[in-house]
Amino acid sequence: MALLEVNDLSTHFFTREGEVRAVDGVTFSVERGKTLGIVGESGCGKSVTALSIMGLIPRPPAKIVAGSVVFDGQDLTKLPEKRLEDLRGREIAMIFQDPMTSLNPTLTIGLQITETIRRHYDVSKQDARKKAIELLEEVRVPRAANRLDDYPHRFSGGMRQRVMIAIALSCDPKLLIADEPTTALDVTVQASVLDLLDDLRHEHDMAMIIITHDMGVVAEAADDIVVMYAGQIVEHAGVQELFDRPEHPYTEALLGALPQLEGEGIREGRLTAIPGRPPDLINPPPACRFAPRCPYANENDTCTTHMPELREIRPNHWVRSAHPVSEREGSRLGTEVPV
Amino acid sequence: MTKFIVRRVFWTIPVILVVILLTFGLMRQIKGNPFRTSERAIPAEIQRNLDRKFGLDKPWYEQYARYVKNVATFDLGPSLVLRNRDVNDIVKEHFPRSLELGGLAFLFALVFGIPLGAVSALKANSWLDYAAMFFSNVGFAIPSFLVATLFIYFFVLQFDFGFPTSGWTGWESKVLPVVALGLAPMAAFARLVRGTMLETLQQDYIRTARAKGLRWRRVISLHVLRNSLIPVVTAAGPTLGFLITGSFVIEQIFAIPGVGRYYVTAVQARDYSVVMGLTVLLAVIVIVANLVVDILYGILDPRTRDVRT
Repeated sequence: MALLEVNDLSTHFFTREGEVRAVDGVTFSVERGKTLGIVGESGCGKSVTALSIMGLIPRPPAKIVAGSVVFDGQDLTKLPEKRLEDLRGREIAMIFQDPMTSLNPTLTIGLQITETIRRHYDVSKQDARKKAIELLEEVRVPRAANRLDDYPHRFSGGMRQRVMIAIALSCDPKLLIADEPTTALDVTVQASVLDLLDDLRHEHDMAMIIITHDMGVVAEAADDIVVMYAGQIVEHAGVQELFDRPEHPYTEALLGALPQLEGEGIREGRLTAIPGRPPDLINPPPACRFAPRCPYANENDTCTTHMPELREIRPNHWVRSAHPVSEREGSRLGTEVPV
Repeated sequence: MTKFIVRRVFWTIPVILVVILLTFGLMRQIKGNPFRTSERAIPAEIQRNLDRKFGLDKPWYEQYARYVKNVATFDLGPSLVLRNRDVNDIVKEHFPRSLELGGLAFLFALVFGIPLGAVSALKANSWLDYAAMFFSNVGFAIPSFLVATLFIYFFVLQFDFGFPTSGWTGWESKVLPVVALGLAPMAAFARLVRGTMLETLQQDYIRTARAKGLRWRRVISLHVLRNSLIPVVTAAGPTLGFLITGSFVIEQIFAIPGVGRYYVTAVQARDYSVVMGLTVLLAVIVIVANLVVDILYGILDPRTRDVRT
């Protein structure tokens, strides 16, 4: 059995304007020691999915209205808050997008690490401090022992994200959820933080969910990729398969929006943007949510009146579209038309 | 930290000098004469003698210099109106009562205002929150003299709880004036704490604290409450100064022999030295309160320490 199985998860926000279907029937699983990438633009529900797994969605207005999150055999959506608290930080850890605001500015980073250790393990203050120094060394914070009593404002963004990673690793979790871990960092720092995460994942034998809008990030780190659009999964495949043979027009467009600086398939000219905006998730019409932006959908298509199912187009390659690449006329796959 | 405190204490000196100068100038701008107790004009010779005795015939800068010198030696001079009374005596005798009244009202405001605001924030938009905020809006909107009058009417005249309506002797006599004076700042603290706590609860680091699996109780007490108190501390300094110096109305209603009565009558009587002395004293109190705030601020928020030193 997989470490984490998310089945038909739906998290809705109950607002004055109406019920926002932020996450709408999402299903995926994460195997032990594997990395899953969740990709999509902002507002597609990827962060809400992560917070739903953690039980950290803001309630109210958000509520898990359907589905289950089975972690290590138990359904987290049915656990009482106290039991969830025992799991958080211990079995499932999470790091967030903005390291500048994710640490408490009025407490030393030593305290913010040790309070996690002491919450989950019965150890003395001295032992927790020793462990904290080891952790900071492990995430490659220079002069770790001297920095324990410093406050977060004396750390750079990259260093703060390392501290966040140290906190996340402090109790050897089985699953680490990284929500846009490098988005707020300098480009030069992004790569080193990603490398660090990947190394640590192997050393600690953790499973990881990495959430990003950046196809480049998941290409390196993930084993499997889920592409989300407007609260739903639109494509799900292994990383190699997805990059080599994307099926959904949205995935295709995302890859087209990715700057490519090296390699064979180097694209010339301008980056292609996706026209239009994601749909309003209050009472969305029963149609493919990407149809209004889809270059292949026209008014007479059934996909403008019926929601396409997520179907297995090839083994372990799932897609939710009436116009996948391989079923189009002049398909690359079928007829070897040069790109 | 020590360096910071020493520098702040040093900076109070020019502030006090300016306060004296401004009060000095303003008092002289008001037409009038401390020695004219009736409409009848004082003979010119007597007026001249009195002026000479109190140094009022000298140019203003000499008077100012002499006054500053006296203040530096903790001598606030004699009253010009009340015969044989030094300002020092008035301060010694009456100021402790004003200090006690203001201090107790301040404590009342903190002790009840902070929990009220915290409960409101944690139960935001519940009936409890609405009730607490209605109560604090009312408390904030009604002026203290009306609160005091209503208290006397209800708690003494209608239902006798055994509170006296005047004086400053046992604790019974202190309850009503302290609550009447402290109600408005309590309401202000409650609203402030509610607002900042709601804001703090939204912060990313609170989500981090919860993601670490910390118990809700610890998240609130260490991460939320501590950070929410920073703006409260900022507001607390001026509030304490205001309560100690601004209790004149309450002192009047409850016939408390504090320093407020002397302050107001001294202005009317042009008793320059009393007005000056009390102003300097109250300025020092406000300055000290703000100094304490700045020190507390440095303890609560480590970021400010780096900025200043």
